Amino acid sequence: MKLTLKIWRQENAKAKGRFETYQLDNISSDCSFLEMLDILNEQLVNDQVKLPVDTISFDHDCREGICGMCSLYINGRPHGPEQGTTVCQLHMRHFKDGDTITIEPWRAGPFPVVKDLMVDRLAFDKIIQAGGFTSVSTGGVPDANAIPIRKEDADLAMDAAACIGCGACVAACKNASAMLFVAAKVSQFALLPQGKIEAKERVHAMVAKMDELGFGNCSNTYACEAECPKNISVENIARMNREYFSQAVTKADRKQNGGGAG
Amino acid sequence: MRKTDVKLSSLSKKYFMAFAGLFLISFLVVHLGINLFILPITADHELIFADAVHFMSTNPLIKVMEVVLFGGFILHAILGVILQLQNWNARPVGYKVSQKSQVYSPFTRFMIHTGIIIFVFLIIHFMNFYFVKMGWAEPPQGAHIVEGQHDFYNMALNLFSSPFYCILYIVLIMGLGFHLHHAFQSAFQSLGLNHPTYTPVIKVIGTIYSVLVTFGFISIPLYFLFV
Ligand code: FES
Repeated sequence: MKLTLKIWRQENAKAKGRFETYQLDNISSDCSFLEMLDILNEQLVNDQVKLPVDTISFDHDCREGICGMCSLYINGRPHGPEQGTTVCQLHMRHFKDGDTITIEPWRAGPFPVVKDLMVDRLAFDKIIQAGGFTSVSTGGVPDANAIPIRKEDADLAMDAAACIGCGACVAACKNASAMLFVAAKVSQFALLPQGKIEAKERVHAMVAKMDELGFGNCSNTYACEAECPKNISVENIARMNREYFSQAVTKADRKQNGGGAG
Repeated sequence: MRKTDVKLSSLSKKYFMAFAGLFLISFLVVHLGINLFILPITADHELIFADAVHFMSTNPLIKVMEVVLFGGFILHAILGVILQLQNWNARPVGYKVSQKSQVYSPFTRFMIHTGIIIFVFLIIHFMNFYFVKMGWAEPPQGAHIVEGQHDFYNMALNLFSSPFYCILYIVLIMGLGFHLHHAFQSAFQSLGLNHPTYTPVIKVIGTIYSVLVTFGFISIPLYFLFV
């Protein structure tokens, strides 16, 4: 395949970026999208006479759709044209010979560009730190069947937990909202008995952090769900909305009257 | 006190948006129901219309609801603008290739724009009716005050006699229809009411509702334009 690539290049977070155009010949249609970029980088190394060579930076790690590192906005869609696929699982056979492909980084205020196509997604970690955890006892390994869980709830929690935190929902949303991510993380705990201990604080802490970091609001457009490589459903957002409301109205703070045991 | 207690969180804003929105949605049905009696659908439609207007402007319960209605509308509009500004701010650098997700329809993408259309319409509407009712503006030709009651029927007739007004009315109501189409299901989702069985039903009802309300209102200027 012959391809024309328009790629966003930006030296660092401060620099003003620009699009550069690259030509590629002889790309196999069995090649994965990231391999195609590897070939391009290789070509840049070989062609460039001057050192140091400025290759194109992009995030990736597992290349098997489970880590959530890869994050390319391809021709107007996060993770490219295929539904329910991360970009590392996308193959060149979904493009045509002679295509022009425009590749951009995720665009959102809380996701600043580090270099080229690589963005800083620390914001997601901060949201998780605010409440995306459960209390566990240390010691011996507990019996897996010690806590009975309704099958349907276990399934729904598993569906929510499939979120790999790649940020495609933010990239796809016209408001750069992180609702789907936060909703998935709230849901996976809200559905399980293990998550009940922190339930009263969790959803409020995570939403407050999300707001503070400057993500947009949800306008129920559902582009997040359509573009999510793990097909996380917007039902999770509704669940989070319910959680938020019910935890707000049922939270009973015991008045601290001093004293203690008495 | 936590920070979230003083400042409305993104989710709290959405609840208020949804509650106010659903209230406005139900109000529109009542309004349309009365308006349709401008058309000669029964022999004494003029009388029924006058009676309904009389009821709406004198009943004490409705008077209370009027305050709720204005409050709800203002809250909905202000929150809508705040949410939109935050949303624009959340993506300071935009994409070169615009977002291609197939779920983007004009209904969802242009909520703030259709919202502004509705706002403009309401200003015109207020100048035409509410100002006259409050005595800030002179009633138009042919509309007289009978026993302290304003003649809304002739005021409306007067307006619809102008083809320019009719066309403007149709265009602006279309904006309302677009807004409602997204708003209906959106309100339920914001309140957390999403269910694999009922959500598709809510979406269908939302579409039917927005089409009926739009064409209901539009039928009146169409009648005056063509009949
Ligand atoms: S590189 Fe790990 S999900 Fe794509």
